[in-house]
Amino acid sequence: MAGRAEPVSAAPGLGAAAAVAALILGALVAVFLRAEPGAGLSAADWAAVRFTLVQAALSAAISVALAVPVARALARRRFAGRRVLITLLGAPFILPVIVAVLGLVAVFGRNGWVNAALGWAGVDPVSIYGLHGVVLAHVFFNLPLATRLILQGWQEIPAERFRLAAQLGAGPRAIGRLLERPMLLRVAPGALAVIFAICLTSFAVALTLGGGPRATTIELAIYQAFHFDFDLARAALLSCIQILLTGAAALAALRAARGEGFGAGLGRPVQRWDADRTGLRLLDAAVIAVAALFLILPLAAVVLRGLPGLLALPGVVVAAALTSIVVAAASTVLLLVLALPMAASVAMGRARGVEMAGLLGMAVSPLVIGTGLFILINPVANPFALALPVTAAVNALMALPFALRILVPRARDIVARHGRLALSLNMGGWPFARRVMLPGLRPQIGFAAGLGAALSMGDLGVIALFADTGRATLPLQVYRLMGAYRMEAAAGAALLLLVLSMAAFWLLDRGGRYHAEA
Amino acid sequence: MKYLALAAGMLAASAAVAETPELTVYTYDSFVSDWGPGPVVEKAFEETCGCDLKFVGAGDGAALLARIKLEGERTDADVVLGLDTNLIAAAAETGLFAEHAVTADYDMPVDWTDPHFVPYDWGLFAFVHNADRDAPANFRALADSDLKIVIQDPRSSTPGLGLLLWVKAAYGDEARAIWDGLADNIVTVTKGWSEAYGLFLEGEADMVLSYTTSPAYHVIAEEDTSKAAAMFDEGHLAQIEVAGVLASSDQKDLAGAFLQFMVTEAFQSAIPTTNWMYPVVVPEAGLPEGFGDLPAPDRVLLAPVDSAAAMRDEALAEWLDALSQ
Repeated sequence: MAGRAEPVSAAPGLGAAAAVAALILGALVAVFLRAEPGAGLSAADWAAVRFTLVQAALSAAISVALAVPVARALARRRFAGRRVLITLLGAPFILPVIVAVLGLVAVFGRNGWVNAALGWAGVDPVSIYGLHGVVLAHVFFNLPLATRLILQGWQEIPAERFRLAAQLGAGPRAIGRLLERPMLLRVAPGALAVIFAICLTSFAVALTLGGGPRATTIELAIYQAFHFDFDLARAALLSCIQILLTGAAALAALRAARGEGFGAGLGRPVQRWDADRTGLRLLDAAVIAVAALFLILPLAAVVLRGLPGLLALPGVVVAAALTSIVVAAASTVLLLVLALPMAASVAMGRARGVEMAGLLGMAVSPLVIGTGLFILINPVANPFALALPVTAAVNALMALPFALRILVPRARDIVARHGRLALSLNMGGWPFARRVMLPGLRPQIGFAAGLGAALSMGDLGVIALFADTGRATLPLQVYRLMGAYRMEAAAGAALLLLVLSMAAFWLLDRGGRYHAEA
Repeated sequence: MKYLALAAGMLAASAAVAETPELTVYTYDSFVSDWGPGPVVEKAFEETCGCDLKFVGAGDGAALLARIKLEGERTDADVVLGLDTNLIAAAAETGLFAEHAVTADYDMPVDWTDPHFVPYDWGLFAFVHNADRDAPANFRALADSDLKIVIQDPRSSTPGLGLLLWVKAAYGDEARAIWDGLADNIVTVTKGWSEAYGLFLEGEADMVLSYTTSPAYHVIAEEDTSKAAAMFDEGHLAQIEVAGVLASSDQKDLAGAFLQFMVTEAFQSAIPTTNWMYPVVVPEAGLPEGFGDLPAPDRVLLAPVDSAAAMRDEALAEWLDALSQ
């Protein structure tokens, strides 16, 4: 390894990053090699690229801007139900898109609750369809994630800093300048990049609420190239554009996100003397209430819609639920096996390339990666037989960027704080990882694993390409039920999916925070 | 990736040598789902063939053709079931399909003479609405009304493409003007049929593009008579779903027997209440209650099979243009 001493080796992380990059790029190259010369990109494709950029930038900016006050309110208040609310923050993000969209429509649609309320008040109805509908849905999906990521930034400011600030008589404004703004500059760019990338590959949301030629996303253009024209070259080209855009966003974010951490404290509970003013209390209460309503109303619509169907679920739905649980578990294990060494090597200050490799998973369209893997697997094995392992692997790749965003900042702090001491004790490598790094990262590991499991549970992704009769995941069954007109059963299955995803997320997330104050 | 290698190894070890011949049929996802015709058909065919019939679901009709092109001659499929009239020309062009020898007395509004493909069900595209409101009698009346409709994207869904070709078949060069008129009626364009139908049931639109047989589902499965299909006087476009045998199949006789079985009573009687389409050969007992009451359109349109691709591209360009204004 390198000449300088290091508490943990960066090699496993580099290896994991190389494996991830090889798999994704390999799949892309496979699609290219299989392609016959096609028509190239049309004007419509470029229009799709433009629209995708606009809506992703808008969605990311609005989600993060709204998440800052919500995260601040959650960081400086303690109230009954706070933990439940923070767990619920994971919910919209892991709902299958179609379910979430129907939930949103129940609240904001033409016949939704909001318009009913406006109707009483004598105001004209508001339409959810079009670009603003796409952005609304994306904010619904991503505001919780942005809030969680930024809240974590707040929680990484040691309690001692706030104590010292209070001792020096710093008010909210001074605390904002000295502690909160530097923290936000470190955390927000990463959150922006992640959400921008999510919205780049958005497909179903944009199509259901903003559908039509005016609102064509790159993902739809890929779908069209592949299914409608069978033009693999165009599909692969579009996928490359997606990767470039995501990569550019990621680079910009990583560059912006440099900055010193706050070091570690002794882990005592945070007390905020500065926030103890009536005006601030009311503000925070209002912010939390509005955000909670915005997120919980559509979820409540999903629950209400699903309850009647839940009692009469067909047996196959239960089987599909078990399949989904197994896939999610495998996917989560694989996610941690990849993410932990990668986070460690990024924390050692090496290899920005590792973070870039981590982002790849999100930048590639599931359709292209699924097709590529299909082309690779087909000559050597039966792709249908490998449907579930492939799904688990691809889901892990999709969740990798989130896991890295969650793990890296904390891993950096641990290395900075304990690295030297460990080296002087000659406690490098595995002992350091086992006794210092992993225990220190425990809450973050729990959060990342919970997110990975929940994402995998709700993902339709590649399984749709490889689906076989006997092996369907729960999201696929939801679609099958809808396709068979059985909307009530579909709503019931969707509710089951929501419950399972939330349970997986809650179990892992709680497991990581056994006595941590969060 | 250890996991993948391990799974592959386990699979190879557990794959028993099949004694009985195996017939692999690629089809669309909803056909093989537990609520589709797949399970019924599998049971009925295996009673007579002494074989193992294996359905493999691969997305929708368009995904099915893409899959076959992707696998080419190396495909495991013996039969592909689920292409429709809009895909036949493209499918025949691949040269991957063998000719069939199936004969049947079809009960369809059009004559069937295709050498490669055998039909197994058909439907008519139509706008479905709540029965308590008056529906427009044609596209022009719809465009002039302030009714809100939900349609599917022709680039990602079969019904969406069907609507495009329906307008084109009915209006030819005037199709563009019709779309200009319809633009302000469209609430949104969804990715697939499920999303659109879901939005319609949520009350987000007055009408949704679906099939004339959709109301039959609500009558038979839910005893709900509140839905109806609007009859248009310019006629309705037929969607005929077909199956074909692959030239690379090593079970050609068995595959041929399956196609012949497809147009018999056992298969056809399962179609109406599982696939919610019309059978191509009406069973002895007639159509199920709820199908009989469906209004029949005055005219049935069929998109020309041989020039479907050219017509499709032209229609898509017009649609994009009209709705991007």
